[in-house]
Amino acid sequence: MALFQIAEPGEAPAPHEHKLAVGIDLGTTNSLVATVRSGIAICLSDDQGRPLLPSVVRYHADGSTDVGYGAQTRQAVDPKNTIVSVKRFMGRGLKDISHVESMPYEFIEAPGMVKVKTLAGIKSPVEVSAEILKNLRDRAEAALGGELVGAVITVPAYFDDAQRQATKDAARLAGLNVLRLLNEPTAAAIAYGLDNSAEGVYAVYDLGGGTFDISILKLTKGVFEVMSTGGDSALGGDDFDHRIFCWVIEQGKLQPLSAQDARLLMMRCREAKEFLTNNPEAPISANLSTGEIVDLKLDVATFASIAQTLISKTLQPVKKALRDAGLRVEEIKGVVMVGGATRMPQVQKAVGDFFRQEPLTNLDPDKVVALGAATQANLLVGNKTGKDDWLLLDVIPLSLGLEMMGGLTEKVIPRNSTIPTARAQEFTTFKDGQTAMAIHVVQGERELVSDCRSLARFDLRGIPPMVAGAARIRVTFQVDADGLLSVSAREQTTGIESSVVVKPSYGLSDDEIAGMLKDSMTHAKDDAINRALKEAQVEAQRMLEATESALKEDPHLLNEAEAAKIVATIEKLRLAIAGDNRRVINLAMDDLGFETQEFAHRRMNQSVNRALAGRNVADIKIGEEA
Amino acid sequence: MAVTLSDKAAKHVANYLTKRGKGVGLRLGVRTSGCSGMAYKLEFVDEVSPEDMVFETNGVKVFVDAKSMPYLEGMELDYTREGLNEGFKFNNPNVKDQCGCGESFNV
Repeated sequence: MALFQIAEPGEAPAPHEHKLAVGIDLGTTNSLVATVRSGIAICLSDDQGRPLLPSVVRYHADGSTDVGYGAQTRQAVDPKNTIVSVKRFMGRGLKDISHVESMPYEFIEAPGMVKVKTLAGIKSPVEVSAEILKNLRDRAEAALGGELVGAVITVPAYFDDAQRQATKDAARLAGLNVLRLLNEPTAAAIAYGLDNSAEGVYAVYDLGGGTFDISILKLTKGVFEVMSTGGDSALGGDDFDHRIFCWVIEQGKLQPLSAQDARLLMMRCREAKEFLTNNPEAPISANLSTGEIVDLKLDVATFASIAQTLISKTLQPVKKALRDAGLRVEEIKGVVMVGGATRMPQVQKAVGDFFRQEPLTNLDPDKVVALGAATQANLLVGNKTGKDDWLLLDVIPLSLGLEMMGGLTEKVIPRNSTIPTARAQEFTTFKDGQTAMAIHVVQGERELVSDCRSLARFDLRGIPPMVAGAARIRVTFQVDADGLLSVSAREQTTGIESSVVVKPSYGLSDDEIAGMLKDSMTHAKDDAINRALKEAQVEAQRMLEATESALKEDPHLLNEAEAAKIVATIEKLRLAIAGDNRRVINLAMDDLGFETQEFAHRRMNQSVNRALAGRNVADIKIGEEA
Repeated sequence: MAVTLSDKAAKHVANYLTKRGKGVGLRLGVRTSGCSGMAYKLEFVDEVSPEDMVFETNGVKVFVDAKSMPYLEGMELDYTREGLNEGFKFNNPNVKDQCGCGESFNV
């Protein structure tokens, strides 16, 4: 017998048409799945009532896997085959990953993404993530009593194309239909209903188990724009446990601990930290295998001083993110707290003091991202219609463009365009008889291709030979709702086409993105000068080649002196192009233009005469092509 | 005869209504569709229509339109948990047979 949920007035679904959709927070430390039930977003728990699924996968020799708590407890026993924090490897090459040497895994460098050798064979991060997603999918289908129509999966705001594509691939491998990828801070903002509220700038402070992220979001007309991101990929709630652990060792004057004792004590420290959220004092007691007995009391004041350095460490990236966004603290309209570690009253107080306002904490900070994703998923499958039929949009973080002659970037889709989006631009050939065109897709804000990031290259071949500038090649950039790019080129007269889906081989880190954005600002003036120079060089080169080919074609129209003069002017221009003075190039171009005026005139007469020769007026129709 | 809610169902409806922040009760109804002829309707109520019949269990109002009433006479709405799944269940004495999943039925 089917179980029913309550629908909005007038929106009860027809039988078998209720669409099951979930939001998934695929986290570094923990993952969650949520759905909207009777109009309210809730997290789905496992059969033991636990909403969190530790993002840990353990591989066995027979190819089977343990996912979640089961794998987490075996981590110390079987570190090589138990993959934790796989999110850090998604879409990453070996050289992108920090602290490789301290990880227990056998990494294998593979094109595009690093892989890990396990008992069950070589696994890519995509496969490992798919195991986590599969587990959550099974949980959701059991809880909802049917097959899922789709899922919204969250990713950090700074994830680049490669990391997003990897996440999408993992979902597909897990048998999930990805409705779209959603930025984590955006999801948190949705969970708090900020998308329905007034426009403004919001900060999302996300202190998870092992990572810290700060995002500054700007909401305008239902569009969340990520203004800046920052963080520390090696700072989280676990570090607070570790600090307490060190304090315990110091206070108890303990000898170096065995691995097992250390784990036990670490667990007690975590419990103490959590206990202090609602209590003035926490007991820490443990019987160690050495016979030593730990029996300490940690009070709030002591913990606050222990935690202080860590908390102030998070405020550095916050300040930087504000600076990058060009904002002052007073301009932040609201602060959203995400991640279990933000339960600590000390963190809430420090963040409140910094932003001079109470942060939003009334939703469970572990669940808030998943809840927002579920809300979005419910909307995307069409379970909610009517007057609140908004569709939330995201923006692309860096401009997308093409390489032009001379190594210049032509931006086709500017940064912060809302997605999904498609833009087309027409380009033409540079040389006479050119039959192929190399299309180089780049990402970044700088004017020179060499300062941007290369995303993809492909060729458009089979362009019919024409004079330079006659071919019309339409290049279309399309960014889907997940921020993934496909580029196609089409020669308009023949219809020949070529295209590429951008799957960049290596990712950009958030620091790199931030760096690239900063570069574009600091170098804006240099870039403008450089661009003008390059443009002049390209234009001059085009003029030079056109003149040379005309000389070759119609030498009989010039006497020797005239020809010599033009050749000399050409040489002068060639010299100017090789230099880096735009004024000199422009002057040389003016000269050549002047010297070839008469030549151009004669060529024009000649072609008119040719076209008319041997015909009478009656044969020549208006609009007829020569 | 009336339409009733089980205690559990009433508690959940009350809870959902509070969280939703608006609405006066729960609408139960039937409409013709589905593989066995009729399908249930379970919705929040923002606007009451004059033809609605109103029942109350533990302070929670249930609205049923006149046309649906013959099919729901004596029905109790329950809230149950089946494995990980949970939701409302129609215990309808009028039903002769229903489709495999129970989303639609025949009287």
